[in-house]
Amino acid sequence: MVIRMGTMSEEILSAHVGKDVVAGDIVIVPVDFIMGQDGTTSLTIQAFRNMGGKSVHDPDKFAIVIDHNSPSPLESVSNIHDQIREFSEEHHAILYDIGEGVCHQIVPEKGHVLPGGIVIGADSHTCTYGALNSFATGVGSTDLAAALISGKTWMKAPGTIKLIYSGSLPAGVYSKDVALHMVGKLTANGATYKALEIQGDVIDSFSIEARMTISNMAVETGAKVGIMRCDSMVQQYLKGRTTEQYRGVDATEDARYDKIVEDDLSALSPQVSKPHEVDNVVPIAEVAGTEVDEVFIGTCTNGRLEDFSIAARLLAGKQVSRRVRLIVAPASREIMLRCIEEGILDKMVRAGAVIVTPGCGPCVGTCGGIPADGEVVLSTANRNFKGRMGNSNAFIYLASPATAAYSAINGVISDPREVFE
Amino acid sequence: MNNLRGRAHVFGDNVNTDYIISGKYKFKTLDMNELAKHVMEDLHPGFYKEIEDGDFIVAGENFGCGSSREQAPLAIQAAGVGAVIARSFARIFYRNCINIGLPVVECDTSHIREGDELLVDLRKGRVHNVTADRSIGAVPLPAVMVRILGDGGLVEHFKKHGGFGIGDEG
Ligand code: SF4
Repeated sequence: MVIRMGTMSEEILSAHVGKDVVAGDIVIVPVDFIMGQDGTTSLTIQAFRNMGGKSVHDPDKFAIVIDHNSPSPLESVSNIHDQIREFSEEHHAILYDIGEGVCHQIVPEKGHVLPGGIVIGADSHTCTYGALNSFATGVGSTDLAAALISGKTWMKAPGTIKLIYSGSLPAGVYSKDVALHMVGKLTANGATYKALEIQGDVIDSFSIEARMTISNMAVETGAKVGIMRCDSMVQQYLKGRTTEQYRGVDATEDARYDKIVEDDLSALSPQVSKPHEVDNVVPIAEVAGTEVDEVFIGTCTNGRLEDFSIAARLLAGKQVSRRVRLIVAPASREIMLRCIEEGILDKMVRAGAVIVTPGCGPCVGTCGGIPADGEVVLSTANRNFKGRMGNSNAFIYLASPATAAYSAINGVISDPREVFE
Repeated sequence: MNNLRGRAHVFGDNVNTDYIISGKYKFKTLDMNELAKHVMEDLHPGFYKEIEDGDFIVAGENFGCGSSREQAPLAIQAAGVGAVIARSFARIFYRNCINIGLPVVECDTSHIREGDELLVDLRKGRVHNVTADRSIGAVPLPAVMVRILGDGGLVEHFKKHGGFGIGDEG
């Protein structure tokens, strides 16, 4: 078997089908892990039954996470959850029930994602696992049902845009600022149908948590995956999470790219995305001083340990502005426990934060902090669409946990670099 | 299924899945007829009532960006829309449409006005604007998608072929 030289995506797809795959090819590939969440799995179950599905191809490689409405705020939702629990029991799927956390934290945290693998999830931010060198992408519920039955999915091999982020970030500027910068530059459909390969000194210096923030937002440019290299940081992360063998995949030197973008981020400032489009990104100076009513720190973008330790450092010994509600949602139970152990929650609660269930909650407007008409929210999430947080008359700004925490104290959007001066 | 006829309802660029069907409804129910009543409600209140069976949603760039929620195309379908015609589509939305059997047409939509009567030939990939008397070529669907759409969606496709019936070399 001769594998042609290619991009990371081409290499991974080629290795999975055992023949050369080039951008544009349509292939049917075996998948290494499948994920569904409570908002999409009910339709998957319907499709699975309608397709005549009898059993799940490999139940050990299928997890359902109840995170989007958690705990259930409504009778009708409770009944959907009930259905999901029943299905997972009947088919011996792995179930992560309420309080375990957001799917995109749980799946990598529990060791279900391996470098060089293919993961599909019925959630658009499945691309988060690209930070672990995985070809991971979001699909719909029916696609998921087909994969549950056959163990496979169909894919069009994407062309690739390579992003090289060089330099080193100034104090007070974080991976979220890089992610927002990336989306602002590429725009909401700048990478539609494509893969992003993201690398460079800035990425190398990041923890896996920080890298996930960036891969997570790849889909906001329309991309299918946002894949990074497998380095010692990845191996370190996987230690103790998996005992399975894996082989990281890199692009070959003569791989062909649709575009290569080099960007020195040494002078990057904190970035903010303004309502109601994610790519409406500006340097913080343009919006500093905007009054905020609610600040939300959490989600699959920025609800990890590192995020809270940055936020807690800013909040320690301070009080959240009287006009601001600060809502905090750890991305998983493990993270919540670490936050307790390290005194992070203590600092945040004393500063006035409200802690809600590990899960999605406010991010998608199902429970736990729906804004009022006309209110301004500063959130660490990945989307600020109109109505996203449950009220189409609210205005959502997106920023880093540092910007969010510092702004919560001041009551207005504030530049966290001030603290480092 | 090859020829569709209906009126155009025109929207702009970057219509995301939260606009198509807000998360606040999507999670509450699996009843698509109920969801259909809220289709595009934040962009165009009362839109549902204006749709006649077989009408088209016409849009600009990046239609359906955002969430992977299949409720978005399902609600559009349940509302009676015959096809979505846009200058470009977000990847997952496009795929979901094919999977549920809702035709999608990618073409230049800049000259289509609200209420224009359109004739769509899916097989040839042509949109004829009857009102403006103009014809536009569409991007042809990849063969895999034609097969799935032709079978009525991925569910029917699987039932018919007992799996992927599209050259499984995996
Ligand atoms: S935290 Fe928000 S973006 Fe992430 S999976 Fe949950 S709803 Fe989606």
